[in-house]
Amino acid sequence: MIAYTLKRILAAIPTLLIIITLAFFLMHAAPGGPFAAERPVPPAVQQNLNRMYHLDQPVIVQYGDYLADILRGDFGPSFKYADYSVNDLIAAGFPVSLQLGVSAILLALILGIAAGAYAALRRDSWVDHLLRVVTMTGISVPNFVVAPLLILVFAVTLHWLPAGGWNRGAFADAVLPTIALALPYIAYIARLTRTGMLEALASDYVRTARSKGLPARTIVLRHALKPALLPVVSFLGPAIAGIITGSVIVEEIFGIPGLGRFFVQGALNRDYTLVMGVVIFYAMLIIALNLAADLLYGWLDPKVRYGARA
Amino acid sequence: MSAAIFPRSYLIPLLTLMLALPAAAATVPPGTRLAQQQVLTRGNGNEPETLDPARARSDAALQLTRDLYAGLTGESPSGEVVPALADRWSVSKDGTEYTFHIRANARWSNGKPLTAGDFVYAWRRAADPKTGSPYADTFAILANGPAIVAGKADPATLGVSAPGAHTLRVKLHAPAPYFLDMLTEPVMFPVYRPAIKKYGDAFTRPGHSVTDGAYELADWVVNSRITLKRNPYYWDNAHTVIDTVSYLPITDEASELDRYRAGGLDITYTIPEAQLGWIKAHLGSQLHIAPYLSTYFYGFNSSRPPFKDHPKLRQALSMAIDRSVIATKILHAGEQPAYGFVPPGMSHYKTQHFTWADWPRDKRLARARALYREAGFSKDKPLHVTIMYNTGDVHQRIAQAIAAMWKANLGVEAQLVNEEFKVFLQDRQEMRTTQIFRSGWVADYNDAYSFLQILLGGNSINDTGYDSAAYDRLMQQGSQQQNPAKREALLEHAERVMLAANPIMPIYFYVSKHLIKPYVGGWVDNGLDHHYTKDLYIRAH
Repeated sequence: MIAYTLKRILAAIPTLLIIITLAFFLMHAAPGGPFAAERPVPPAVQQNLNRMYHLDQPVIVQYGDYLADILRGDFGPSFKYADYSVNDLIAAGFPVSLQLGVSAILLALILGIAAGAYAALRRDSWVDHLLRVVTMTGISVPNFVVAPLLILVFAVTLHWLPAGGWNRGAFADAVLPTIALALPYIAYIARLTRTGMLEALASDYVRTARSKGLPARTIVLRHALKPALLPVVSFLGPAIAGIITGSVIVEEIFGIPGLGRFFVQGALNRDYTLVMGVVIFYAMLIIALNLAADLLYGWLDPKVRYGARA
Repeated sequence: MSAAIFPRSYLIPLLTLMLALPAAAATVPPGTRLAQQQVLTRGNGNEPETLDPARARSDAALQLTRDLYAGLTGESPSGEVVPALADRWSVSKDGTEYTFHIRANARWSNGKPLTAGDFVYAWRRAADPKTGSPYADTFAILANGPAIVAGKADPATLGVSAPGAHTLRVKLHAPAPYFLDMLTEPVMFPVYRPAIKKYGDAFTRPGHSVTDGAYELADWVVNSRITLKRNPYYWDNAHTVIDTVSYLPITDEASELDRYRAGGLDITYTIPEAQLGWIKAHLGSQLHIAPYLSTYFYGFNSSRPPFKDHPKLRQALSMAIDRSVIATKILHAGEQPAYGFVPPGMSHYKTQHFTWADWPRDKRLARARALYREAGFSKDKPLHVTIMYNTGDVHQRIAQAIAAMWKANLGVEAQLVNEEFKVFLQDRQEMRTTQIFRSGWVADYNDAYSFLQILLGGNSINDTGYDSAAYDRLMQQGSQQQNPAKREALLEHAERVMLAANPIMPIYFYVSKHLIKPYVGGWVDNGLDHHYTKDLYIRAH
């Protein structure tokens, strides 16, 4: 297990290097520099800015300097937000994205598993059919449609909740964005759980458990649910990464100061260092989450044992 | 208290000494019941790039620095120049030397006295190219300014000195009648040296920031909210009413409207153009639309074919569009068709027009067709041209309308090219691929020079390639002329010379658009759209 984990971590290094290299050169190849503006700065000021940010060096030298900086854990100063370093901005934005992402994934797990399991137990009943329609809708309607609808109903019309903002993660501010972000995941997890549950309920060991006369509750919770959740767990790694990194639209609509907004605004502003910093941070996060999901999968399913000799 | 308004700036050199007059502050009418809690929330568009007045460039950053800092002069709620930290000043006979007397009670937000030396330090810092100020060339009017801004002279040689703790002497290398207006710009504000020495670029953060305006920084959560609280040491704190103001960066106009409607915002940064009809019908009394000193125009790249040496072709195109259709059918907020460059409402300036501006439509079109033919084009041999604009719904609709008008009236085959903003800016400034491009300009201060200077030959902002010795000469004479009437005449003449050469095609004059809750008092629409929180108050509601 430990050897397997180490191997995966070592294998991540070349992956990261490729990502950094590609992102660096793509970003610098994009036309329009970070200081282009409707009102150009005076030439001498431009020269000084270029010197300050090493833009007067050949791109390959900038690349070498950049690699040396990130080895020291320094993502450099932000080009756009002159008063902050990229490290400052990631440190400020990530906890927000994390809080939002974790609430959304918890909500998705609780509601998704409950709904999926219930639908499987009541297969072909009206509840099952209704859930199928609802989940299909949940998967297909995008965030940018759901979020404004939630705002219109709960903030603008009913005045129950704020239409946006993030006062350091206050509960009222978090409700609508969490729901908007969780909805497609609730739907997807419900469908995965339902399928897994149906398979488990039809399996031999559940039939054995039934024949032994165990109560239905024990059968479902102890014997059927664990294997039924395997597809959910393998979905969880990419889902958590997706939910934390993919909340860009929800963050934009609700005005939430998470990492996603920095990413989008950074690209539009040609904030080279900010975009690079967020890319590298995201890449490491996704690699780590995929590894964690794989390890968890091994723990849940005895058939999968990493690193064990055949 | 009523705000005493100064005569326009260039009358001031005629007076040798100004008396102390009260400056602008919140003017609460007698009998007004004020709310217990004076807390205001304002939409601010983008996240500010900095809170350093020397490096601020965006509307968002400039708005915040105007609340946080105060300069020698300031603006009244209606936009007139009024005394601020300097309560009086004198000007030498030749108009090149100013002596400012800084108020004895001027203090920083930590209680330390604010002195003339703070201005000397701030100005040298902002003029120094090492600081990276986008407005560094503002100091080019000071003695030695041009060489310092170009990085060829020591910033310590800038024409500003502090002969006494509360006396600031400024030497200009030529008279600049708009100098007192320029002093209201954030790049001219003082900054607190000990904080910069200690914290470097981070001197603007909460806990580090020391300011001299009506407010000081209380909290800054990037991309979420910036909160300012009243600065008890502000020289005119007695007249400030609002205790706390929060600025929210909301880039999406529809989201901003939602938040305003849900009660989370008292003043919006703007409104979504597409929902203007709904807003007028449902929130009409809260909608403030006012003329804005800003012009939307197309530039012709005169350095490349087909517009190089073809002023007649440029004029034909300019005459063949119907500006009132664009201003009323595509835009609906009251934008005015533009037949000149400097927008109406500019102080001491008569709006200039194309000579054909009053012609009936048929006569205009007949002349446009004749000019088009004279330039060597016809229905059989049409002009092929590209209109380049930055991606945006309104820009696209305007470009489509103009292309259709040219096609119908002249037979021009126009191709539309939209580009992402930064790509567009690069292409426009390089002038290698552009033929016709979208542009716009906003006055930095209320003076025609702020507008007309962008078309000076060789100016880095001039993307048209227009380079006219006659225009540059008139502008030079106008910028140094101290007699207000003569100066006005020279600048107006310069604009007429420029309009006759058609380097640009003005399309419409912008308006500012805000939603303001009925309980917010003290708001006065003004041409620069500058609204200081210290001038506002909240009624009981």
